[in-house]
Amino acid sequence: MHSEQPKTALVRATAGSALALGLLAAGNAQADDPIKVGILHSLSGTMAISETSLRDVALMTIEDINEQGGLLGRELEPVVMDPGSDWPTYAEQAREMIEREEVDVIFGSWTSVSREAVLPVLEELNGLMFYPVQYEGEESSRNIFYTGAAPNQQTLPAVEYLMSEEGGGAERFYLLGTDYVFPRTTNRIVRAYLNAHGIGDEDIEEVYTPFGHDDFQTIVDDIGSFADGGPTAVINTVNGDANVAFYQELANQGIDPIDVPVLATSVGEEELRGMDTDLLAGHLAAWNYFMSIDTPENEQFTERWFEYVEENDLSGGSDRVTNDPMEATHMGIRMWAQAVLQAGTTDVDAVRQAVYGQCVDSPSGFEVCMDEENHHLHKPVIIGEIEPDGQFFPVWETDDVVRAEPWSEYVEGNENRTANWRYPWVCGDCEEPTYDLGF
Amino acid sequence: MCKTAWTHRWSLLLLILLALPGSGAMADTALDQAEERVEELDQDDDEAIEDQLAAVEERDLAPGTAEVLSRLATADRRELQAAMEDIAGLQDADALPTLFALQDRRLYYTEDGTLIIENPQDGSLREATTGRERADLSSGDLAQPRLTNVVRRTLRPTIGALQIFSDDPQARLAAADELAERPRPEMRDAITEALERETAAETDRLLNIALAQLDLDSDDDARRLEAVQIIAEVRANRLRSDLEALTRMDDDGNYLEPVAEIREAAAAGVEAIDRRARFAGFASDFVYGMSMGSVLLLAAMGLAIVFGLMGVINMAHGELLMVGAYTTFMTQSLFALFAPQWFQYYLIAAVPLAFVVTAGVGILMERGVIRFLYNRPLETLLATWGISLILIQSVRWMFGAQNVAVASPPWFSGSVQIMQGVTLSTSRVGVILFAIFVVALVWFLMNRTRLGLEVRAVMQNRDMAAALGVPAKRVDMWTFAVGAGVAGLGGVALSQIVNVGPEMGQNYIVDSFMVVVLGGVGNLLGPVFSALGIGVTTKFLEPATGAVLATILVFAAIILFIQWRPQGIFALKGRSADD
Repeated sequence: MHSEQPKTALVRATAGSALALGLLAAGNAQADDPIKVGILHSLSGTMAISETSLRDVALMTIEDINEQGGLLGRELEPVVMDPGSDWPTYAEQAREMIEREEVDVIFGSWTSVSREAVLPVLEELNGLMFYPVQYEGEESSRNIFYTGAAPNQQTLPAVEYLMSEEGGGAERFYLLGTDYVFPRTTNRIVRAYLNAHGIGDEDIEEVYTPFGHDDFQTIVDDIGSFADGGPTAVINTVNGDANVAFYQELANQGIDPIDVPVLATSVGEEELRGMDTDLLAGHLAAWNYFMSIDTPENEQFTERWFEYVEENDLSGGSDRVTNDPMEATHMGIRMWAQAVLQAGTTDVDAVRQAVYGQCVDSPSGFEVCMDEENHHLHKPVIIGEIEPDGQFFPVWETDDVVRAEPWSEYVEGNENRTANWRYPWVCGDCEEPTYDLGF
Repeated sequence: MCKTAWTHRWSLLLLILLALPGSGAMADTALDQAEERVEELDQDDDEAIEDQLAAVEERDLAPGTAEVLSRLATADRRELQAAMEDIAGLQDADALPTLFALQDRRLYYTEDGTLIIENPQDGSLREATTGRERADLSSGDLAQPRLTNVVRRTLRPTIGALQIFSDDPQARLAAADELAERPRPEMRDAITEALERETAAETDRLLNIALAQLDLDSDDDARRLEAVQIIAEVRANRLRSDLEALTRMDDDGNYLEPVAEIREAAAAGVEAIDRRARFAGFASDFVYGMSMGSVLLLAAMGLAIVFGLMGVINMAHGELLMVGAYTTFMTQSLFALFAPQWFQYYLIAAVPLAFVVTAGVGILMERGVIRFLYNRPLETLLATWGISLILIQSVRWMFGAQNVAVASPPWFSGSVQIMQGVTLSTSRVGVILFAIFVVALVWFLMNRTRLGLEVRAVMQNRDMAAALGVPAKRVDMWTFAVGAGVAGLGGVALSQIVNVGPEMGQNYIVDSFMVVVLGGVGNLLGPVFSALGIGVTTKFLEPATGAVLATILVFAAIILFIQWRPQGIFALKGRSADD
């Protein structure tokens, strides 16, 4: 037995050095390999209208990072897939990205239903996704960072504005939306908020349309009679190009924004490109960013964007615009890049820890930071009036950034629900801490 | 116009059609021009009224007025608002040109606070307070007071309060209308004074309405009663809640309005308003229903021929509508490029063009695919569905995935008030008329032409018709072409009221089949009744149930109806009826 020992030691030493060599070799190979970044946006189908520019701005930001020498001495390599506006395909392609392409992070998705399709895949494979669009909240996943607004960062401040004297002193609210999860949840929150601020159900009308509705005659007529009952504002959560028909009908029936302002949560610069904006001047939208914001950071962002559009000869050319989800995508990628540098690795768990509290200078002129706990960004809220040229003029903004409440206090049953990914909570939806060591 | 120019243009047109893939950018610039043209034309009407007010003459304003006006040179909207309230108090009509300039976004100011007005016709700049021309400035370098809702909310009544003393009766009428719409307590004196001077009956009436709204809070019982009576007579929905407030009781059971006579008058007024509102609601549901029905009818008319008469399950029908709409878009772009002076009539040219282009697509479909699949409905269904995907992707490839903007010509935009509370956009009125035209056209084609005779013959008995020398195969082709062409006409109409994009046809395929099946396969009267029926039913349901449930209920009703009467509302003998 005794004589065996040196031999074992030798074997151990050999094995050890071989392992070390192997690790070194692996390390070398890794240093040369590019870092793969997944971009999961629909480039065809109904969502192509909105999501194509998110792909473009993501590629632009990645190009910028590569021009600076990449991250950790490695190039970023975008992996672009097109789920074709088909929700299950988002999940399939996310799986393909993580398992086959081995991407370290995904930037993608627009509609809530597509995000919800991807979510189980991310959780199963411990992937990481940055989601750039305002949404209805009621979610906080360990594997997603939400860089768009939660309802308290968009709709609720807007409602408050409409109730103020400057916003027209609305006493009645007409909530109009497309019939799916975002408008329904948002309107539930808005209704609870209004009730809590002294506006009863008799002064709230909630109306939904099917997807792609194009005949708003009855609805606009109804808005007109509803508005006869007192100062009225409309909260418009209608989705996509149905807005064109809606605003046209508003103009036809002579509904003037100084009497009945319509505040949209899903109409931005990109959507206005297809509309006759002369008719819309004075109606409102609430976002966290507008292309017209006058800050040096935004000037730099928009200039770079138009340079990129020209270099790559993107369709639309100088008619292209920047908008809120593009800004959120841009910020998300920069935030992730900073976190990779800080963590010194692209490992998902290490990067996730590094993203907490990470700050970037946003084109909106504010320094926006990722919350330490709930995976949502702190963002400013800005309300803009539509100008005849299709841009927004900011008429109101919060003094400072607002912290997201993924579980809105205005939804029944949310009182004790907590999203906190730090010890001892470590959960996106729980009423008491997951861990309790008892000391 | 020489012949070579025409050939030149036609060859250019051909070239463009051949170079379609690269034509996106061209179409974009063409569209910009088109839009500018439309905007110019739009402005013409307004200018006629405001011409005299827009012109700034060289003259000095009263020092007080000039001083208050110059406070408009600010970026702060609260100061702007305060300045306007003071202007309203001045009652100096000389301030109007400046206010109109502010309203039309033609007002600028220099760094030292001099207000500058831009002339809408030639773009020349003049100082607002002195009228001196300032050729040394350019509007691009000047700041503008921002016209936000807050500002406009004060601006409109301010203009009204100044304009009410204008010498122009038209201007006074407009001002009275504005004051009746949004009376403000601080304008009571102006209104009272204007009433004493006013001679035109309609203006007088509007001013009385404005005053009555202010008098509802008066301490004088007689004035309150008169105010209630005036408002009750107007029967405007907007004032219903004001009247109703007078009939209510407070928490202690005392009437808010002490005088019984006034309460009764108010209650009668509320009832009159409700009566009118009920009638207007009924009328508007009916009108909107007819409008929706005519859209459905136009979408389905082509399918009524292809599916109804020929029995071809054409899943690419929606895409034929789309081709028609894109042809309209191309026509618009070509007009903007080659004939901008005729631009506003592009829509008229688009009608035959869309018919020809979609009929051409129809012929290609029939000759290339469908003729091999007659009597094999399942294969036809799959093949035409494939064609629809090909068409969508081709259009996406040629024009991009984004919607394209089809501008309504000026004579086709705006709206028509059918009665108080029922407004229909001009384009929807146009669509109703166009639907009548298309139905008449199809009826004429089927009943008064040789082709129609042959179509009916082949439909009724194919073998017998062939034996009698009717070229059945060629008739098939032409029937399909006509059906496709009519779908193209539907596309022209749709382009004026809905979004034109590659997937637009998908929205209409189900509706179209629904209309044809419900109307009864094999005749043309059926779709007319079923489309209008579906439209009116949906619109009558919508206020009560909401748009989503209304659609579902109508669907369910149609399914039940088809169960009970599978042949639809009307059934004629035809090829498909024989099967």
